This record gives sequence, structure tokens and C-alpha cells, in this order.
Amino acid sequence: MQTQNALPETPDQTRKRTIEVLAHASLGRLKQFFADLDEQPEFQMMRGPETGLVMIRGRMGGTGSVFNLGEATATRATVRLTTGEIGHGYRLGGDRDAVRLSAVIDALGTRDAFKPKVSRFVEETEATIKSREDKQRAETAATRVNFFTMVRGDD
Amino acid sequence: MYVAVKGGEAAISNAHRLLADRRRGDRNLPAISVEQIVAQLALSVDRIMAEASLYDKTLAALAMRQARGDMIEAIFILRAYRTTLPRFGYSNPINTGEMLVERRISATYKDLPGGQLLGPTFDYTHRLLDPDLLNDSPVEEPITAETGHEPIMRVADILAGESLIEMEEPGEEETTPGDITREPLEFPLGRDERLQALARGDEGFLLALGYSTQRGYARSHPFAGEIRIGLVDVEVDIPELGFAVSIGKVQITECQMVNQFKGSAKQPPQFTRGYGLVFGQSERKAMAMSLVDRALRASEFGEDITAPAQDEEFVISHSDNVQATGFVEHLKLPHYVDFQAELDLVRRMRAEYEATQTGTATTEHKEAAE
Repeated sequence: MQTQNALPETPDQTRKRTIEVLAHASLGRLKQFFADLDEQPEFQMMRGPETGLVMIRGRMGGTGSVFNLGEATATRATVRLTTGEIGHGYRLGGDRDAVRLSAVIDALGTRDAFKPKVSRFVEETEATIKSREDKQRAETAATRVNFFTMVRGDD
Repeated sequence: MYVAVKGGEAAISNAHRLLADRRRGDRNLPAISVEQIVAQLALSVDRIMAEASLYDKTLAALAMRQARGDMIEAIFILRAYRTTLPRFGYSNPINTGEMLVERRISATYKDLPGGQLLGPTFDYTHRLLDPDLLNDSPVEEPITAETGHEPIMRVADILAGESLIEMEEPGEEETTPGDITREPLEFPLGRDERLQALARGDEGFLLALGYSTQRGYARSHPFAGEIRIGLVDVEVDIPELGFAVSIGKVQITECQMVNQFKGSAKQPPQFTRGYGLVFGQSERKAMAMSLVDRALRASEFGEDITAPAQDEEFVISHSDNVQATGFVEHLKLPHYVDFQAELDLVRRMRAEYEATQTGTATTEHKEAAE
């Protein structure tokens, strides 16, 4: 997940960021989005939620030719709101509820009336994820070795 | 004569009920939850995921619980489960340079951009049993420190700057890598298929082979250029949208082993590389894998193939513990008919042998009497 850059986002970039943030959000957080709505959106499932496998690829030596490392479980769903917008949800693992809710939020994000709400939710969720990652970085940083040299002799 | 035997049904069903009882153990103790296994036996979960070749912590913990902690049984169960799921597709290659690093060390450079980050390591512990862990004593929160702003550069990229190490670059045209879950193994393999097989290979087997290279069977003067553990994004293309998104992060361990190479007619003296990439926090496995990867590249560098670790067919055919356990353990299944046939054969040979022995003895006796 890349952090946003300074330039204004294209609609595709906004969508990408939305789907990515939703994929990383906890189920509790996604449920909160709906708890905060005055009216629950109506939608139909178009696909899934279904769980399958993604073959994860790596590069030899980190930068070289591609090879298949191994698979991970992944779950995906596509929904259509009764107003017509289509949304997609994806995430690693088997959490079907989370993916279904993500797909609905993604669809709402493409509907003008909900855009600000979704974008605020995405921003707040991104901040939560970032602070979790920053905490981990800070814990790792505390285990950094600070070498010092023992001076020998008197010159 | 072939006689079909039936009658094990009741015994099997009772045995499985007994297994369920023994698995649960003392009912006065709370049952261990899958969440507890994921959280507190994390490295076992990682090993199951790596060797089952399926990243899913919850399912790996479930497999472990079901298998009563028998790792290879758990790996077998999880490997079998993966065959029931459809394949959605392939991820874009993960970028280990962009890792959210939890641990990163180098044995070749003391001071390197990003520093030596020990992370949650067993290294430098005294390996003394800790009686405090007999109780649920409170555990302190980790210390935090300000993070540096320099990127945690890959060590191989530092050496590459001086062109003293072989470059790892994608080929001119990116070819589709082989997939050993889709096509049967056909020797000789490409390095892509070897790495896939090694990534799911048995840790103990690879550890022993890696160790053998250090003890002189295919000596290759290795240095642990870098080991890094952390989270990387898994990006997949979403065809409906026409772009790729990260659908989550996986924890992986990467090891870059740097090996001396005296050069050949075509290449100047330089360092060569062995690569290890494993699901989860699996440092020992990643190191062993990189030693074995380098040993298996012998023919690429025109080195003599003299040791087991260099023999691709030997290594890869025996590295998968699901296959190995299947063939070894099948020996305990009923072989009554086969054995009857062998018994019959041995009896006949024995009778013939004894007949000759008696014959000889009689002749000898006669000769002596004469």
C-alpha cells in the first residue's frame, strides 16, 4: 500500500487507495462505517463472497527473474447497489463479511452523495493503519545496534 | 489366491473417537484456541504455512490443533485443503525492498544504511529454560525509539554498486515462471522451479543439506549478506478496474547469501548469490534454502558436482515432506498379500538352500568316510 503523493489523485488512484485501505481495515472498523450511517444501503451480491488462492510471486535475489513462492488464501466479492454502482472487495485470508462490507463501501465511494463520507472513512482508516505500522517501526528501531569502538592504547 | 479383507470399520471409527479424546486431553484444562496458537505459537504456524505452501495463519493454526502439534501432519492437512480452492490468479512479484522491516541484519557490513535491526530474535539469549514462563507473569511493553529516515537498503544493492557481485536482473523479456503445482517436475529444472520447491521444502532436510555444504560437501564460502523479516504487500491486478491493488500484507523472511566465486573464462572473479525466501518468520529455513540454492547452481558456474547438496534431482525429489511422509508411512498400511508372496518365496529359497547344504554335507561326509 503506497502512501498518497502531493499531486491531486485521479479517480483511478482514489479508487485504488479506497480498495487497498479497505483490504487492510479490520472487520470491526468496517462495521463501524455502517453503524454510523443513518440509512443502510441496499445492494445485491454479484459475485461471491468467494475464497480462493493467489499465487504469490517473488524475484530471485529480490530483484531478478520471477518465481512462484507459494499461495495465499484470498477472498473477493462484487456488489451492485440498488442505485446501480458496482463495488469490489478483496483481501487476503477468508473473511467473507469483511470483503462484502468492503465491496459496499467501495461502491458507495463512487456515488456522489457518499463520496465525502467514504473518503473521510478511508483517510481515518489509513491513519489507523499507519499508526499501527509506525508503532511497529518504532519498536524495531529500539533494537538497532549502535556500535562503538573501544579505543586501545594511549595514542 | 487373492482374498479381500474387510472388517476394520468399527476399529477405525473407535480409533478416531479415541484420537479426538486424546487431542482434547484433560477436560479440566481450557481448550487451546486457534487465536492463541496464532498469537503464541507463531513460529510453528509460520513453518506450517511455509511447508504447506499456503499463507493463512488461521488455517495453519487449525491444522496444528487438529494434528495435535504434529507439524508434518498439519502441513499435510493444509496442503490437502489448498487443492479444494480455486486459483484466482498470480500476484505481482513482491518487493522486498519496500518491506515493513521487523528484523534486518547483515554479517558482511557493520554500518549499513538502515542499520542492524535485531527485532524479536532468539539470538543472544542464553538458551536457559525460563521458569517465569511457567506462570502467566506480566510482560513488559516493548521499548520504542525514533525511526531513522534512511531507507533500509538491500545489502546486495550495495555490493552491486561496485559490480563485485553477480547482478540479479529480470530477463529482457519477462517469461512466465514454472509452477510446480501445475506441471509435474521434469529434470533438469529451472532455478524458478527449484526456488518454488525449496520454499516449501522441509526445514530439517534443507538445514542438513545446507550444513553439509559448510562441512565441505560442496564448499562455497558463504556470508550472510543480509537477512530481513517483515511485511510485504501482495498486489494483484484487478481486471474489472484495469489496475493493481494491494489486497493485504504477508510476513516473509528473505536471506541473501553471498558466496565467493573465483571466476571463469566468461566471468571475472566476483561474489555469487544464494537466495532464500520463505513465508513467515523462518530465518533458519531461509538461510538453509539460500545455501542449497547456491549449491544447486553449481553447473551454472562450471563447478564440479561432487556432493549431495549439488544434485538437483536428489535434493528436489526429497525435499517435500508431504511426499516423503506419504511414501515412508504407506509402509504401515496392510501389505498382507505382498508379504504372503514374499514369505512363500523365502520359504522356497530356504528349502532349496537347505537341500544344497545337506547335499554338500552328505558329500563331505562320504568323502571323509572314504
